[in-house]
Amino acid sequence: MPEMDSKVVIVGGGAAGMEAAGQLARAGYLVTLIEKEHTTGGHIRNWYHLFPDRRDSLEVISYLEKEISHNKITLITGTTVSGLERNNGAIILKTAEGTEITADAVVLSTGFDLFRSEKKEEYGYGIYDNVISSADLEVMFREGEIKRHNGDAPAKIGFVHCVGSRDEKAGNLYCSKLCCVTAVKQAMEIKERISDAKVFCFYMDMRMGGAHYEELYRESQEKYGINYIRGKVSEVSESINNKLIVKVEDTLVGRPLRMELDMLVLMAGMEMRESAINLAKASGLSTGENRFFSVADQHFGSNKSNIQGVFYAGTCTAPLNITETISHARGAVIDVIEYLKTRKN
Amino acid sequence: MKIEGKKKIWAEYQKEIADDHFFYVRSCIRQSFFPGSEQFFLSFMRNELGKDFYENPSHTTCTGIGYHSDIVPFSTIMTVIARHFALMKEAGYKNIAISCVTSFGIYTEIIETWKQFPEELEKTREYLYKATGREFDLPESMAHTSDIIYKFRKEIAARAKNPLINKQTGEPLNIVEHIGCHYSKMFPKYGVGGAEFPNVLGGMIKTWGGNVVDYPERRHCCGFGFRQYIVQANRGYSLSNTARKFSSMKPFKPDMVLTNCPGCTMFMDKWQYTIKEMEGTVYGENGESIPVLTYEELAGLVLGYDPWELGLQFHMVQSEPLLKKMGVEFNPDTKYRTRDGRQMPIPENLINA
Repeated sequence: MPEMDSKVVIVGGGAAGMEAAGQLARAGYLVTLIEKEHTTGGHIRNWYHLFPDRRDSLEVISYLEKEISHNKITLITGTTVSGLERNNGAIILKTAEGTEITADAVVLSTGFDLFRSEKKEEYGYGIYDNVISSADLEVMFREGEIKRHNGDAPAKIGFVHCVGSRDEKAGNLYCSKLCCVTAVKQAMEIKERISDAKVFCFYMDMRMGGAHYEELYRESQEKYGINYIRGKVSEVSESINNKLIVKVEDTLVGRPLRMELDMLVLMAGMEMRESAINLAKASGLSTGENRFFSVADQHFGSNKSNIQGVFYAGTCTAPLNITETISHARGAVIDVIEYLKTRKN
Repeated sequence: MKIEGKKKIWAEYQKEIADDHFFYVRSCIRQSFFPGSEQFFLSFMRNELGKDFYENPSHTTCTGIGYHSDIVPFSTIMTVIARHFALMKEAGYKNIAISCVTSFGIYTEIIETWKQFPEELEKTREYLYKATGREFDLPESMAHTSDIIYKFRKEIAARAKNPLINKQTGEPLNIVEHIGCHYSKMFPKYGVGGAEFPNVLGGMIKTWGGNVVDYPERRHCCGFGFRQYIVQANRGYSLSNTARKFSSMKPFKPDMVLTNCPGCTMFMDKWQYTIKEMEGTVYGENGESIPVLTYEELAGLVLGYDPWELGLQFHMVQSEPLLKKMGVEFNPDTKYRTRDGRQMPIPENLINA
């Protein structure tokens, strides 16, 4: 088969999948992009502004939609891939609906699940009205109003970092990497909307490991007056007047704190997508201790899987920000092209 | 507050509670402080529900208080518990019913230790065999007796003569539920509803018509805490924890406190007396203190048992205000009389009497 007639199937229509699809189509390959939801865009579609430059997420969605607007791309939505296997040099993908799709190469860009905050029972997410997740807050930003369950604007807001990350009890030892800077961004956005609000971030360590993150962190303190308290929240409860009572230890002062807050935002971490765990089990794809897909080589093969012709892009391998996700997807494209050019049936 | 959120959590912490044929192990202290509780439990289960509960007179203390006071080594307490399991095996029982939360915590800790470290189980088998010639099996099911009352809560509701309704207002009684720390905080999977939003007592309260009070210090220690209390110098710390807890629940105007742990019932009951004596503070309405009952005592009241047969007169905070709200009939003259009619000494300085 001529190499340019090769068909690449991409599983997952978030940032990584869309970017990889666009790049492969422009390189001349036939691409089928399979998305389990009815729209592409993944988590970005639910976000309002992005760190560190506060870009509107719709700009990124718009860019990605242009990427996949190509006559060599076939988009299939509302379809879940449940397994794949290698057969005579091709990859056979099986969908949950029972159909089979044949590909010469596969890119898995299945993305991540946000940690289900209700699993940290002590924080009362899903029970106390004014305990929300970072994703819920983005919806409020998009809708234009930050309000408590009773409709009032919150005057004292707390952010809990590392919800489901670096947490042995939650089964996630790794750092989700993006939550700290997201909290900084969200704290600033709240102050912009409710200028006299008091905002507290309860953190274990501030991990500002990306370009411009540290600057954003400094700005949040100097210009916005965000209070950072080093300590993990131990429990949340509700007072008789529907305020949240938060217990936390200030580890720098060495004292326990008991605060009354109007709203608490849980910075939910990133987890391997559950459907991808099932896909890995059904297909013999290796996963690591953190349950994300194991890459063939951390330095030189971060897009390669343990099955020839199957590649990874984006946050199905580890927590990544959008910049890293796009770069990782482009890396996958290079590996796919090299594979298709050199493969032997 | 969203009850649906709690229900989701409860759904994840449903434990298997056996239906019948239990090896029953008593608490060391409950028979002294709440003398009607265990008696009611056995009587109700055997005579009204027709269940088989077996007691072995050779059963001893679990030595939990000694263990938590650093007097009894872990290898010793494991062997003591292994002996209880041996008694259970010899009697042909596979389901254990534990009356005390401290003991329940000891049993769960030891069973989990044996699961994680099988060599400890083998060592314990050897110790027990060498000392007594006995052998044992692990129980097929392990329940705290509050689990068993929870399991049969609907049967109790079906027989209820005094539901948890304020008969003067028609409103549900506001009831604080307090779970002993060692019931599920160490191993949430062993508790009905887990550790953060346990449902073992709340389920009883709701089924019997009451309202569960969710207050900020709901999870806080009752004030017992072995090291807080057993070390005399730490007792002020014990007292301050109880005071914090009652201060937190006071605005919710609870009609009573329901507990499932001997230490919790004892300290939440008796420290109210102490705090009142020390500073004149009371936490109930109308200058009264808040009655603190065991789940067996409450079940007995709901079923229409005589409060004095249940032993409520032996509490420090007397229950008359609660009895009046529930419409429970009681005779003040028989409160401190023995069954054959002799008058017992009447305690001084009773609260709420």
